[in-house]
Amino acid sequence: MQITSKKLAYPLGLVLLILLPFVVEDFRVSQFSQVLIYAIAILGLNILTGFGGQISLGHGAFYAVGAYTSAILITQFDMSPYLTLPIAGLVCLVMGVLMGFPALRLAGHYLALATFALAIATPQLLKHKAIEKWTGGVQGLILDKPQSPFKLSLFGTELSEDRWLYLVILLIAILLFWLARNLLNGRIGRAIVAVRDQPVAAAALGVNLTVLKTATFGVSAAYTGIAGALSALAVSFVAPDSFPSFLSISLLVGTVVGGLGSIYGAIFGALFIQFVPNIADQLSKSAPWAVYGAILLAFAYAAPNGVMGIFKKITKRR
Amino acid sequence: MDSLLQQISAGLANGGIYAAIGLALVMIHQSTHHINFAQGEMATFSTFIAWALIQQGVPYWIAFVITVVVSFVIGVLIQRIFLKPVEKAPVLTNVIVFIGLLVIFNSVAGWIFDYTIKSFPSPFPLEGMFLPKYFSGHQIGSIAVTLVVLLAVFSFFRFTPLGLAMRAAAFNPESARLVGIKVSWMLALGWGMAALIGAVAGMMIAPVVFLDPNMMAGILLYGFAAALLGGIDNPWGAVLGGVILGVLENLLGAYVIGSDLKLTMALVLIVTILIFRPYGLFGKPIFSRV
Repeated sequence: MQITSKKLAYPLGLVLLILLPFVVEDFRVSQFSQVLIYAIAILGLNILTGFGGQISLGHGAFYAVGAYTSAILITQFDMSPYLTLPIAGLVCLVMGVLMGFPALRLAGHYLALATFALAIATPQLLKHKAIEKWTGGVQGLILDKPQSPFKLSLFGTELSEDRWLYLVILLIAILLFWLARNLLNGRIGRAIVAVRDQPVAAAALGVNLTVLKTATFGVSAAYTGIAGALSALAVSFVAPDSFPSFLSISLLVGTVVGGLGSIYGAIFGALFIQFVPNIADQLSKSAPWAVYGAILLAFAYAAPNGVMGIFKKITKRR
Repeated sequence: MDSLLQQISAGLANGGIYAAIGLALVMIHQSTHHINFAQGEMATFSTFIAWALIQQGVPYWIAFVITVVVSFVIGVLIQRIFLKPVEKAPVLTNVIVFIGLLVIFNSVAGWIFDYTIKSFPSPFPLEGMFLPKYFSGHQIGSIAVTLVVLLAVFSFFRFTPLGLAMRAAAFNPESARLVGIKVSWMLALGWGMAALIGAVAGMMIAPVVFLDPNMMAGILLYGFAAALLGGIDNPWGAVLGGVILGVLENLLGAYVIGSDLKLTMALVLIVTILIFRPYGLFGKPIFSRV
């Protein structure tokens, strides 16, 4: 019984996710697209922080670099938007590996500090005059939304550009989640966790710490970079101030809320950082972020393993 | 030549502020081995308290003392309420709690005192009494205040039994507990003192950069860099690091890279220091036992 319900759950969930944009309004569709984008970014951060045990408060920087890579390639080099996604991922992979080298020598608080500095400096760097020719400076860049290649109508709703983009993002998200699951459930995933828990023992057993840690950083950055590139397409606009240091904090919050070291927790984390600020806004018009912070603290004390941890506890009790 | 000297003197004054924030970070690091990401936001909040008091007509120095005391109490309370439950939790949990506090302080400050930029009075005369051409009264005053704070902190740790107990609690909590030191309360005390120093730094910087809830973001980064440059375990190092940074920042800003890359410079500095000399110029390397 258990097995059949699990077998059914995946295709059923997939069908629901595909149909979802056709039953809600356009602006809801873009909200759900954003959820998927955040989920990819959070998954990236979770690979590094949850599985690898390296704290990053600066993943917003990779998100920004991904978004800018995509936007620049589209506006300045007339590239197809879809083609820019792997390039954005690749650029962030390289950047992540480069960031991973200093990270080798930094542990715990110090790594958090160095990446925090990265997050604070990012908007300022993006505004700099030397690269204004490509980045558009403070004004940023405006993109066209990719059009759907064919016409389609379901439940009397047209396949608008937002809905088309949602489906594209959904496809990429599924692909990336599948890749991450295979990576983390396999030999490499076990090595990553071993390095987090017992670095000395892992090294003694033949795990190459340098290669593994920098590679983890690179893959994590690549995920977040692809998410950033998708967000550039979805919002069709990038500007330095779209990537404040609070973005990096939000991603970490999403990771914690979803559950550190859990792959599908990223979805809950993404739902949280997309919708809770709105709810918090309604709870307290004056200090929405305070509500956000309070929820974060509540998770840190009451449910350190996030939503997925709570799920696990409930299913175990049965 | 004249403008060079002026840049250096302005750098010295800014350096004093970075030194004070760096000092607060060193305080918390010395007593808990943590880096408090909410330090800047806490200092801003304290500065707002002082601002509100002064708005109510309280004389500056009385407001100063009240703020310092209130900040100390807030710092102790934060440790008792928020950090005591996670004392033994992994580093990540602690960082998350710090981030939560940062967000809450920032948002509550904006909520109570709103986000408009406010001017904050300086207690010092406009004209400096010492080299008036290069130093304003406020610059001299803030350097002096920083020095007084530094001296107080140093003597506290070096010469009082309580300071010794705090050092012991951080150095070896288990043994400290065995000789009867209340380790957990020592940590709370460290938090209180850090909040106090942060409040002083906030009140010294606010006349220069003006007061708003996001006042401290960049300054905090420089405070981190100062603490790291000097060695995160060394109060004197933090002060020297702050002064070096302040001068460097002004000189590079004026002559080399321009003022719009100041934060980036702090980032590069932090990463460079952490890679090449993670224990700073004056700190000692830390070894951990496997």
